[in-house]
Amino acid sequence: MTRTLFRNLAVPVVILVLWQLLSQSGFIKPVILPSPLAILERLWTYLLPAQSLGESAGVSDWIWSSELLSDLVASMRRVLLGFAVGAGLALPIGLLMGTDRRFEAYLNPVVQFLRPIPPIAYIPLAILWFGLGDPPAIFLISIGAFFPVLINTITGVRNVDSIYVRAATNLGADRMTMFRRVILPAATPYVLTGMRIGIGTAFIVVIVAEMIAVNSGLGYRILEAREYMWSDKVIAGMIAIGLLGLAIDVGVNRVNNHLLRWHRGIES
Amino acid sequence: MNAHHIVKDMEAQTKPLVRAAGVNKVFGAEPGGVVALKDIDLEIRPGEFVCLLGPSGCGKSTLLNAIAGFSLPTSGTLEVSGKPVTAPGPDRGMVFQEYALFPWMTVEANIAFGLDIRGTGSEEKARIVDDLLDMLGLKEFRHRFPKDLSGGMRQRVAIARVLALDPPIMLMDEPFGALDALTRRSLQDELLRIWRSVGKTIVFVTHSIEEAVYLGSRVVILTYRPGTIKRDVAIDLPYPRDSNSPEFNAIKKDLASLVHAEHDRFALDERKGLTLD
Repeated sequence: MTRTLFRNLAVPVVILVLWQLLSQSGFIKPVILPSPLAILERLWTYLLPAQSLGESAGVSDWIWSSELLSDLVASMRRVLLGFAVGAGLALPIGLLMGTDRRFEAYLNPVVQFLRPIPPIAYIPLAILWFGLGDPPAIFLISIGAFFPVLINTITGVRNVDSIYVRAATNLGADRMTMFRRVILPAATPYVLTGMRIGIGTAFIVVIVAEMIAVNSGLGYRILEAREYMWSDKVIAGMIAIGLLGLAIDVGVNRVNNHLLRWHRGIES
Repeated sequence: MNAHHIVKDMEAQTKPLVRAAGVNKVFGAEPGGVVALKDIDLEIRPGEFVCLLGPSGCGKSTLLNAIAGFSLPTSGTLEVSGKPVTAPGPDRGMVFQEYALFPWMTVEANIAFGLDIRGTGSEEKARIVDDLLDMLGLKEFRHRFPKDLSGGMRQRVAIARVLALDPPIMLMDEPFGALDALTRRSLQDELLRIWRSVGKTIVFVTHSIEEAVYLGSRVVILTYRPGTIKRDVAIDLPYPRDSNSPEFNAIKKDLASLVHAEHDRFALDERKGLTLD
């Protein structure tokens, strides 16, 4: 137990100590690589309220006054909105494509053609169509979330064990019941995997979209910091992005494990 | 009066529940297709416990699936309750070897599934589900998911799920094939108890001679490819049967010679690589 903990911490600690020594020796300029302590300090001021809050201030005042927290909220909001649009379209289309051969025959060529285009490649078009601000960002994020959810939903429906369909037919299930109470839940493990990948992609896209089209959020903040040559803030922003990404993944995983508590092999 | 006599009385006065006349089933294009069933004539009367017995590839599951409506005959007449079979339906409850429980539903929800579809009122539904949980010893497991149950418990749930709809016929496709010997015997006893108390007609597929003689009021032996009826025997032993008694073993021995001849033909094809499964 303690040995594992030691092994887990050894490499990061050695890296940080070497890094700190290297920066202190003046061998590398702080603009190129700021010291870990400077980054930590910057992260702290980034988190604190920009101006001192009054006595009566609550948590929400703090969130809106802290640059880091308001950036986190802005990025999160875009991820959730874009994901809702992308996954919300992908789920019904995927269910239909998975169950109905004719529907699939109509849509599959378009899907296969559009799927390999990275969402980032839509940036110029997104700006032409939607201008600047949130709309192009949401558009790009929803594209990022759409395809993983779509493809996994189709696969999930295709992989529904026919024994469930036979059992449900035998018990008198009509088409609608079959869809809602058998095919959809049976496909959930795949659908949720798609959603997990989709929200991961959405998170990548939000950072890029914020560097281009808007002036808030974590992506915008690290690009802004670079313009002032605040490399400590750039890295502090990257750390915040990493932590948010981790938090999203842990959260999604929790939800998945709850929804799949009936499932045999639950991923950890 | 034992159950066997009740069966005899019913035979005398009732119409067949299942009637197959000249039923053929060919898989693949004809000619050249595999003839799974050939000229099957079979009548099953209400209250009978019919075991379809034979080696792999003899078409016993094909016949069961035809009655269930999953895979219709290529030609011939197949009727249930006087109406031709065209599709699966809740009047012919099917119990599968692989249980086929919905893993995302609790035990309770699995049993209630058919009642939900039928639109049974919530009070009556609760009563039926409670009775079945009681009857099959599942009370403590009602909120569990199938993954947390043993094979024997799962098959109990599958039987309860079918019984919930109170079908006149229960179709069972090697339902105890995946269970260990002890669990198997206790489920066989439970099934016999249910059959005798609720008066269902059961069509039961098995490749175990012992199981067929232990359960069936009648055993139908099928031949290996093409599947035809080789022998149709009533088992006159009273229930509960003693599988160690000389009478039991005499019947078993008699049936074994018939089944083994079919199995040898299957084994020969298997060596030639001609079997389907």
